[in-house]
Amino acid sequence: MDIHEYQAKELLATHGIRMPRGGLAYSPEQAAYRATEIGGEAWVVKAQVHSGARGKAGGIVLCRNDKEVAAAAEKLLGQKLVTHQTGPAGKLINRLYIEETVPIERELYLGFVLDRKEERIMIVASSSGGMEIEQIAEEEPDSLVRASVDPGLGMREFQAREIAFGLGLDGALIGKAVDTILGCYRVFRDFDASMLEINPLVVSKGEVIALDAKMSFDENALFRRPEISELRDKSQEDPRETFASDRGLSYVGLDGDIGCIINGAGLAMATLDMIKIEGGEPANFLDIGGGASPERVAKSFRAVLQDKNVKVILVNIFAGINRCDWVAEGVVKAIEEVGVDMPLIVRLSGTKVDEGKAILREKAPHVITADTLKDAAVAAVAALKSTQRNAA
Amino acid sequence: MSILLNKTTPVIVQGFTGRIGTFHAAEMKAYGTNLVGGVTPGKGGGTHLDLPVFNTVKGAVAETGAQASIVFVPPPFAADSIMEAADAGIKYCVCITDGIPSQDMMRVKRYMRRYKKEDRMILTGPNCAGTITPGEAMMGIMPDNIYIPGRVGIVGRSGTLGYEAASQMKARGIGVSTSVGIGGDPINGFSFKDVLELFEQDPDTDAVVMIGEIGGPQEAEAAEWARAHMKKPLMAYVAGLSAPKGKRMGHAGAIVSAFGESAQEKVEIIREAGHTIVPHPAAFGETVESVLTGKKVAA
Repeated sequence: MDIHEYQAKELLATHGIRMPRGGLAYSPEQAAYRATEIGGEAWVVKAQVHSGARGKAGGIVLCRNDKEVAAAAEKLLGQKLVTHQTGPAGKLINRLYIEETVPIERELYLGFVLDRKEERIMIVASSSGGMEIEQIAEEEPDSLVRASVDPGLGMREFQAREIAFGLGLDGALIGKAVDTILGCYRVFRDFDASMLEINPLVVSKGEVIALDAKMSFDENALFRRPEISELRDKSQEDPRETFASDRGLSYVGLDGDIGCIINGAGLAMATLDMIKIEGGEPANFLDIGGGASPERVAKSFRAVLQDKNVKVILVNIFAGINRCDWVAEGVVKAIEEVGVDMPLIVRLSGTKVDEGKAILREKAPHVITADTLKDAAVAAVAALKSTQRNAA
Repeated sequence: MSILLNKTTPVIVQGFTGRIGTFHAAEMKAYGTNLVGGVTPGKGGGTHLDLPVFNTVKGAVAETGAQASIVFVPPPFAADSIMEAADAGIKYCVCITDGIPSQDMMRVKRYMRRYKKEDRMILTGPNCAGTITPGEAMMGIMPDNIYIPGRVGIVGRSGTLGYEAASQMKARGIGVSTSVGIGGDPINGFSFKDVLELFEQDPDTDAVVMIGEIGGPQEAEAAEWARAHMKKPLMAYVAGLSAPKGKRMGHAGAIVSAFGESAQEKVEIIREAGHTIVPHPAAFGETVESVLTGKKVAA
């Protein structure tokens, strides 16, 4: 789960990380007021969206007086910011963070990730801040300093010191950088983060300051981090995904027109692959999970049908813990309650498959059934093409 | 022979008396698994499914001689249960639980390293369907009737996709030596490479099917290891051709976040290492059959 810059900064501030003074605004008037409240001679108006590369996309505006602040806010609020990370749809700007400007002597990069190879928290830092880490790794690989943390012991001070010296800092800045790095580590660990990036971390007037902050969290740990769950901003999510996740379904929206309902993440990915290989485009990934009741199957249909691009629905269930007869009942229930006004292909396999097929034959005879994964994908693509022909 | 599990392996269930533990314990027992008891803290001293219940894993090991354990404990407590198994001298642990925080799993992996390699517990999972040695024993939640005994090993992240592969093989009369689920989480127990090492040494396995997916370095690492150390044919499929970058596809670990983690890149790395690619998810059966018959012709 991602959070906004201002939220990440609030978390970091509780662990002693220094940052420019700033305030949140929901309107141009509030933005101008924040600037006056903060004081100084220049401010940055920063669009709060869940994406990096906001500057290049025009989401960060430097202003010299409160009129400029209000004008920038007027322009940004309500717009969708399109960065190379958001995709063409962009992300809605409904909050702004107004921040004082500080003189920048040096720009550094500081990032924390869960490293899957080492199975540890890994810290990556660079003296070439301001660029994206991928670009740093490509253009300035020698500037990178790394450390990995023993989960039994936590990050040691010498590791932070090594990074500080590795960044080329000296004198009183070493101690300040060590405090910053250890503070970030504690935030990462204590809130079950999966990513923390400060880019740039700057040296300004003898201080080490976080100009930006980006954080993501381990969704599996949200049960014990209610304060993080509260930071979720649904306006930054694909509305189709919000609808599904509010109903406990694992759904990812895609760009095609074949809606998919599948059990198991791996089989779901493989089914989407099969559709693509047969010349179709999947509209979504949806894993209904184990122990799917008829109600849950019906909910899945509702989630898939949120997407108006969907022209055909493919259900692929390989029942282990699941039961094909329950899934078939769910399909029948969905047809009755939700209304499925399009071709529907159902492939059932595994536990109680014969019972499941019998239910479909009896109660939903127009459903196209398939025995194998390939037959199901072929039938879905064929049904789509015939729908398109009929429409034309 | 087989890997990790056979009909004599004494198995206990952690989270024995819960709804899910009870259901699957009964299925495993019916399959012929040598189930010797279970653990539910606070319910020790009783019996469940005609088997003894213990408060601690140590107690269960002392009384029953259990060597393997399957964990059905809910996510907040599962990491602790795995560590308890490791400390009690369990040799092989399967963790089914889905949703364990990554930092908990990092601590589990660190904890397991406190034991000498020869005493260290083997863990598969979490978030997996388990392990089955067809015709002998099952530690998992899979539909057992889709596997027939045979000489092809299966190792995969996904449960249902593994079922798909096994049932396509069964349709062609090809059986399985052991099928191992390593789970869909970013931090897991045995990796693909670790399981391939066991299959390579197993005299009853002739070839191995590896079922990977997007995210993480393990498929590539296994392919590289197999290029240098594996004589048995390796066939691989990688799911997630249509997965967009930065989106979690159901499994916590199925997210493309770095170079080499997309399905296309992994397929390229595996092909480059000289292994057979299963071109699409409906081709498990035919690919395995052609590799096996090709081998016979060559011999």
